[in-house]
Amino acid sequence: MSAKEEILSRITSALRDAPAPEPIPREYRVSSDMPEAELIELLVDRLEDYKAHVDVVDLPHLPATLAERLKDATSFVVPHGIDAEWLVEAAPTDSARLRTDAPGAVLSVTELDHTDAVLTSSAVSIAESGTIVLDGTPNQGRRAISLVPDHHVCVVPVSSIVRLLPEALPRMDITRPLTWISGPSATSDIELERVEGVHGPRQLDVIIVKGL
Amino acid sequence: MSNVFMGMPTLPVFGDGNLHIDEPFPDAAHRELGNTQMRANLRHATHTIRDKRLKVVGELPDWEELRDAGAAIKNQVMADLPAMLEEFEKNFTARGGVIHWARDSHEANKIVADLIREQDTDEVVKVKSMATQEIGLNEYLEEQGISAFETDLAELIVQLGHDKPSHILVPAIHKNRTEVRDIFLAEMPNVDPNLTDDPRLLAMAAREHLRRKFLTAKVAISGANFALADSGTLAVVESEGNGRMCLTLPETLITVMGIEKLLPTKDDLEVFMQLLPRSSTGERMNPYTSLWTGVTEGDGPQNVHLVILDNGRTAALADKYGRTALNCIRCSACMNVCPVYERTGGHAYGSTYPGPIGAILTPLLTGIKSEENSSLPYASTLCGACYDACPVKINIPEILVHLRGEDVDSKREEKKLPSQMDLMMKGGQWAFSSGKHLGLLEKALPLGKLAAGRDKKIKRLPGIAAGWTQSRDIPAPPAQSFRDWWKKDHEPVAPTPDQEK
Repeated sequence: MSAKEEILSRITSALRDAPAPEPIPREYRVSSDMPEAELIELLVDRLEDYKAHVDVVDLPHLPATLAERLKDATSFVVPHGIDAEWLVEAAPTDSARLRTDAPGAVLSVTELDHTDAVLTSSAVSIAESGTIVLDGTPNQGRRAISLVPDHHVCVVPVSSIVRLLPEALPRMDITRPLTWISGPSATSDIELERVEGVHGPRQLDVIIVKGL
Repeated sequence: MSNVFMGMPTLPVFGDGNLHIDEPFPDAAHRELGNTQMRANLRHATHTIRDKRLKVVGELPDWEELRDAGAAIKNQVMADLPAMLEEFEKNFTARGGVIHWARDSHEANKIVADLIREQDTDEVVKVKSMATQEIGLNEYLEEQGISAFETDLAELIVQLGHDKPSHILVPAIHKNRTEVRDIFLAEMPNVDPNLTDDPRLLAMAAREHLRRKFLTAKVAISGANFALADSGTLAVVESEGNGRMCLTLPETLITVMGIEKLLPTKDDLEVFMQLLPRSSTGERMNPYTSLWTGVTEGDGPQNVHLVILDNGRTAALADKYGRTALNCIRCSACMNVCPVYERTGGHAYGSTYPGPIGAILTPLLTGIKSEENSSLPYASTLCGACYDACPVKINIPEILVHLRGEDVDSKREEKKLPSQMDLMMKGGQWAFSSGKHLGLLEKALPLGKLAAGRDKKIKRLPGIAAGWTQSRDIPAPPAQSFRDWWKKDHEPVAPTPDQEK
């Protein structure tokens, strides 16, 4: 008997006397009608609690804000699907600071390790827990680019913010590689006190964009 | 008994690995209690996390509804496990992943070592995983000449300190910052000799130490917090980014997961990803959660394996009173609120799984008769704090009592003679079966007073009751019983018509 057959038969035999399970009660909150301004306020509060830096801007101010957040980076990487309009101030067309990661033209891990920052968009954000979800679509890129550089600048369109986790899951394609980010890398391993900054990006700047 | 009947194995088949304790809990606890530094560290850490947990749990108006849903989902998973495992395998495989099944720790360890050798390497990076701790994977790989580098900060502290984990979430919870600094100074190559005990600087030192390993490793090993049957998706919940490093950068990823980790659909994450972070680190959400479904071209590992592990889980599932212990999502809230764990620490439990959940899970996985594991269900005051804290409502006190019963029954079978406990229980049964019996017994109270002597304390009880007086005195009993006093002190009241009926 193969290991699989044996384990499945052990389970079947273990469950011989098991009662039929009760139906699942789903009485928890699955929707909310929080106005946009409060949603933004809640998300900002949660992200700042995690020691992320947060800007809230209108779309026309996005390029200037990006330039400001990236001004200390000697180099930064963007996924190939990022809107070129966003970069007009941070990286004029001939900028040597800008590195684009694209299928067929990927940066090596070593190159990423020598890149100061990364700029991505995001798929959906959950205000109540301060969580931003990246799903690897072209304006977010493959997982390595938002992981190896030490500084992550992440754009959050206001239209992608929901209040509750149950409102966010229908917006996720679960078969894509997903990364849920709630603040910069942190640890509670020493005396259970939270300290920001271990292996992931130690600096997280979030730019919430109205009109996007 | 034959085990070839219809080709069915003899059941239950218990687990092995780092689950068998070689010293009874009371002895180990007695030794650990002598470590006052550890007790101070644990008190500080468990109280910090309790307060954080209460604060973030209190923010959710629907916490109890989430717990109800979490418990019901897990019960459904267990009831439908064979079909759900098949569904998961089909979906994970369809997206390029490879599934392996392991009956026990030996089989799982061998599968992992063979997969590593196929990649022509003798080094792997590891994300913290209870399953690999349980099966003793690191020790096995070392015997095979393969170095496994733990990358979670607390696991790193334990590994560098040649120590054992004492908590499932924060394995180095028994060490304070100064002790961690000393371990780093002694064991971490190229560490700054001026390193202080500032936790931020200690975390930086770990970052420096592991950076090169992450960027060059060919193989990573992880556990999994959840597996979604209807999509074939795996999830790892973490804080530091070491998980993302391991799950993203190496070409080969090997995950080891118990059969009980399944959830039916992605919608169930909406329950568990609210319950788990708040219960474990007391955060609204953990910094990083990674989800992957088989292989994604151009993103992350292209050679993806999953080892599905039994190792005694089916034996636990066969225990109709104990099977809900498998619903555990390894949050560690139960140990953080446990008055016994807070004082003895995790090492006293001797198993990979300490604390209240360990006191039931360990003997369920190994069988109550395994070595000294029968002492674990007694490592509790039955106060019920663990049950209140459990995000999936495992009734730990009830299972503890059930396992104590199993233990007493199994010892009775072996000895065939009534034990002191049996005699005491028989005596108790007689005394409490009628008011007259109890009254007779109470006449002996002045004897207790006599035994207590002039300082009015009983310092040593005989036989098995001696355990009670080992570390405390019993005050002398009063000269008269409550019932005697009541009778003398109160005028008899005429019964009401109701009572007469």
